[in-house]
Amino acid sequence: MTRLLDLCSLIRSKNAGPFVLTFDFMCRDREAYELLRAAQVLTPQLFADLYGADPAQVLVVHHDRAQAVKVSFPRPVRQGDVHDSDSYGGQQYAPLVDLQVPAPPG
Amino acid sequence: MEIRILAPTGALGAGFRAESLERGVAMLPHVIACDAGSTDSGPYYLGTGEPKLSREAVKRDLRLLLKARDSLRVPLIIGSCGTSGRDVGVDLVAGIAREIAAEEGLRFALALVYADQDPAYLTERYEQGRIRPLDPAPFVDLDTLTGSQVVGMMGVEPIQRALTQGAEVVLAGRASDTALFAALPHAMGADPGLTWHMAKTVECGAACAIPPGADGLFVHLREDHFDVEPLDPSSRLTPLSVAAHTLYENANPYLITEPSGVLDTTDAVYTALDERRVRVTGAVYRPGDTYTVKLEGARLVGYQTIAVGGIRDRVVIEQLPKLLPMAQDYFRAKISDVFGGRVDPDDVDIDYRLYGQDAVLGPLDPDRDRPPHELGVLITVTAPTQPIAHAVATFVAHISAHLPIPQYDGLASTIAYPFSPPETDRGPLYQFTLNHVAVPGDPYEMFRTVHEEVAP
Repeated sequence: MTRLLDLCSLIRSKNAGPFVLTFDFMCRDREAYELLRAAQVLTPQLFADLYGADPAQVLVVHHDRAQAVKVSFPRPVRQGDVHDSDSYGGQQYAPLVDLQVPAPPG
Repeated sequence: MEIRILAPTGALGAGFRAESLERGVAMLPHVIACDAGSTDSGPYYLGTGEPKLSREAVKRDLRLLLKARDSLRVPLIIGSCGTSGRDVGVDLVAGIAREIAAEEGLRFALALVYADQDPAYLTERYEQGRIRPLDPAPFVDLDTLTGSQVVGMMGVEPIQRALTQGAEVVLAGRASDTALFAALPHAMGADPGLTWHMAKTVECGAACAIPPGADGLFVHLREDHFDVEPLDPSSRLTPLSVAAHTLYENANPYLITEPSGVLDTTDAVYTALDERRVRVTGAVYRPGDTYTVKLEGARLVGYQTIAVGGIRDRVVIEQLPKLLPMAQDYFRAKISDVFGGRVDPDDVDIDYRLYGQDAVLGPLDPDRDRPPHELGVLITVTAPTQPIAHAVATFVAHISAHLPIPQYDGLASTIAYPFSPPETDRGPLYQFTLNHVAVPGDPYEMFRTVHEEVAP
């Protein structure tokens, strides 16, 4: 079984402005990108389960030229608010590092 | 046609190699531009107007840039001065520029473009329905709007007007980062799709280079493409690194919104010219129907006092899920008692963050039930005034050190504080209040420009 970290050269979470959290999954190479894309594990439902996001508000973009998958959704709390624990959103990707990515059929 | 753009650094005060700037100057740019701020670092800077980077670091960078500009006689454009791009930030950087002019014997026509928004103007636009939410946006009423420090994010137009009126150095308040690089090429009639894509590519300086660094990029913008290269000869750009930068701090990597329209990079093509330069083609710019200016707002919501400690005893750690809610009830009663009813417990927030358990990810942390051998504890008290926050924190810190542990008789000691006193006043807390745009009558009315001749 492959983990997300095996496929990605960088897994990053950041703010996209104070109201949006965004995740970048930069793949190691073309093959890794194709595998990740085909596996369809980075779904709105996954981010709903992990971060409490509304699946209807999760934007998943496959960027072929950047060999990257990008996922964005509204921040659970706005940046810097009284109960925000991660002002830059910089560690929110952590539970995804060891996400299992199934091999493609065949 | 060829327009050459020098982007010396990702942010004024973040630094760059002096040799890199020299290399960029030798390629004879038509303009030097960079930003000096953003909302990235949180609402404090917009709320207070204080800068994030030190005066010394800003002065170091600005000195080199002003001297480079002087030798080339081309415009220097710096936006979002003083981190927030508030008027006080523009004045701060202008003061530093005047000092440098005196020290270095420099002479230049300076334009200051201010971006603070007057509550009366905002009220008028609000009542006209011309302040519109983006998605997602917090609810905003007139009190929130007028009770916030608000800046408008300018597009290219006020900067272009300042240049047309003779400015050699433009110090702008809050501005779209891309507008700083796009202003001159746009005015010179360059292709808008390429211009805005170029601007998006260079706005963080060499952040998209390999290795990423606090340094600059240089662009040759021509009719049907732009070429981009890092100023540091030992670093390089690849088609992948340039394409990947469209992802940075954006929700949607293909569609990037500017005041006058949307940049669409879906069909952009990135080609290696050699091992360190990349040629980019294919982006298109779609002018919008309505000119919009993004608003940023921050307002004061309270004052904080914090205490940091650690818990190592597994018996105490095991009891925390029961003890902390009990402590919260006790604190509410204590607040009513100590302040004689003058402070409503609902107005005071007492927050425990347990580092080692779930402080970073919160209650959804998938590993939060794994027993830690040691916990870092951050106690944060938020209250309407600093004296109240401090007074509450003193008894919260004290009581947290003597939680009643059922397994222990007598007065237990339950937390290790590294400091005396354990509590530290953290100052004001600000909140971002706006993710909105204003629809102005024209691209200029929200910004005010002051011209000045600076001489040694």
